[in-house]
Amino acid sequence: MGPIRQHRDLLFWISLFSCTAVLLFILLPLLQMVCEPTWQGLCEAMADKTVRRAIGLSLYTAGWAALISFVIGTPFAYLLARKSFPGKRVIEGIVDLPIMIPHPVIGIAILGLTGSEHWIGRLIQEAGIRIMGTVTGIIVVLTFVGLPFYINTVKNGFEAIPIRLENVSRSMGASFTGTFFRITFPLAWRSMLVGLILCAARAISEFGAVIIVAYHPMVAPVLIYERFTAYGLEYSQPVAVLLILICLILFIALRVASTARAPANAGLSKTKFSA
Amino acid sequence: MVKLRQLAIELTGFSLGRIDLNVQRGECFVLLGPTGSGKTLTLEAIAGILPISHGRIWINGTDVTRLPPEKRGIGIVYQDFALFPHLSVIENVTYGLRYCRKPHRPSRKRIDELMALTGIDHLSRRDVNTLSGGEKQRVALVRALSVNPSVLLLDEPLSALDRGIRYDIQKLLKSLHRETGTTFLMVTHDFTEAIFLGQRAAVLNNGRIEQAGPIMEILRHPKSPFVAKFVGIPNVFPANFEDNHAVMDGFALKLAHPPSEASTHIAIRPEDIRIHPARPEAPANILTGKVIDMADHGPYGEITVETAAATLKATLPRRELLEFYNLPPGEVFLQVPPDGIHTF
Repeated sequence: MGPIRQHRDLLFWISLFSCTAVLLFILLPLLQMVCEPTWQGLCEAMADKTVRRAIGLSLYTAGWAALISFVIGTPFAYLLARKSFPGKRVIEGIVDLPIMIPHPVIGIAILGLTGSEHWIGRLIQEAGIRIMGTVTGIIVVLTFVGLPFYINTVKNGFEAIPIRLENVSRSMGASFTGTFFRITFPLAWRSMLVGLILCAARAISEFGAVIIVAYHPMVAPVLIYERFTAYGLEYSQPVAVLLILICLILFIALRVASTARAPANAGLSKTKFSA
Repeated sequence: MVKLRQLAIELTGFSLGRIDLNVQRGECFVLLGPTGSGKTLTLEAIAGILPISHGRIWINGTDVTRLPPEKRGIGIVYQDFALFPHLSVIENVTYGLRYCRKPHRPSRKRIDELMALTGIDHLSRRDVNTLSGGEKQRVALVRALSVNPSVLLLDEPLSALDRGIRYDIQKLLKSLHRETGTTFLMVTHDFTEAIFLGQRAAVLNNGRIEQAGPIMEILRHPKSPFVAKFVGIPNVFPANFEDNHAVMDGFALKLAHPPSEASTHIAIRPEDIRIHPARPEAPANILTGKVIDMADHGPYGEITVETAAATLKATLPRRELLEFYNLPPGEVFLQVPPDGIHTF
């Protein structure tokens, strides 16, 4: 015998309606696109060297963007999570800026800074680094748009680790660095992985900024756009479906890895200090 | 052993200080105070976790004011245990061994002894997330003692535990203190814990030390209305002093000792007041009043009596309380022995 159902009030039905509406809103266009291309069209897209190269470049550049975010974003996220200082809210606002700015504007801003008219651009060029129309340029743009997602996620992850664990570790003789690597990092790596996933996902989907900085070499979103404008819906859809499938497999695998055997906090509250 | 001189901490909305404190080697010193009085901040300042704005801290004769926590030779036990959730019991208790220098590094045998003493030797391979509250606190204690700290800082170590377990851990703390000879500095808001475990104490209120000294001295002779209330004396009244008597609202209570000139208050412990249904034949200090409340606390009872001079609370064995329940309403008589009246 199942549980005896209680009377459900209006809020339950409103919630059910909103849940259905949101899921349909997200899934219908995607399902339509995934179901539209023929198997033959998908096979042709897979066999197409240009498509494979574009998807490969998207994954490659997004991977680099995530890696760079990990290296420069992790210490910064730790600082934001653990320290209070004047101007912290302003700095957090600056970190969120790439989410709010229209993406073509990001592309234009990066080009403006790295072009030969700007002294920084001249310095970069003298160092042999090219941004316009290069893989490096794409990675710079993708890091710019993905970094806030990594930093915010990892900051939340660090904040969820009670500072008392670090206090105890240090009282037992571990240095600040030793404590980070023996306590904080093993407890925060899942949030780092989630941050990497979000950063890479954001980077793979980026179009507006990339098209300004590097139309060529072509990443998958640019190729899909080009195929759509040049040949129409029929030619762009198989490439889009392929990109969606590859990303889906990759991100599900990473999500599974990030949620496997997460330890509880051994009866800890998240209290930092009490007077 | 632990010496604080003019210690001050400034935080947004709270300031602590300036605190002077001396904790002797091997003693169990208790920092008492209500929530928000600054006792945990003091502990964390000693540990080096919280930056101080003024003053100096010495541990074992060394000025540690500018040293990071890892160089201070302390151990910390928090009320919420703070066990490392990704490590097993044995990994938790041996966490600090790699940081101990050779002559001071405890042997594995010593760790095993501590685990046996605290009754967690059979849990060594267990995941700490699966332990009960009492087991977690035992692991936290062994972990902190495993590095042979000069002083063990205990932040409300019993407050997160169930009542039955709390008494076990209380006894364990006492035996560990005796066994290891380590200096204990404990923070608590519970005066009964302090009486059980500590030798000396300091009572903090709003970031200042109100009174410090032997615990029984604080208990019997509080020096301010706040301390008197904090140590469980509900009967604290302002009074005038005339000719070895305390006068409240025209009623004079005879004192056993002459009050000091600065005295302004009296305090009477509720267990020192005797309550009678009929007027006793006592030489002095008999107050007549009406019972306005009776509370049954299980092992003992509490009766609140309104007299012409003040409203007083008296405690008595439960058996006697039940007798009062059966009496018809009317006057009762409070007998306050002169040596039960403390002046300050």
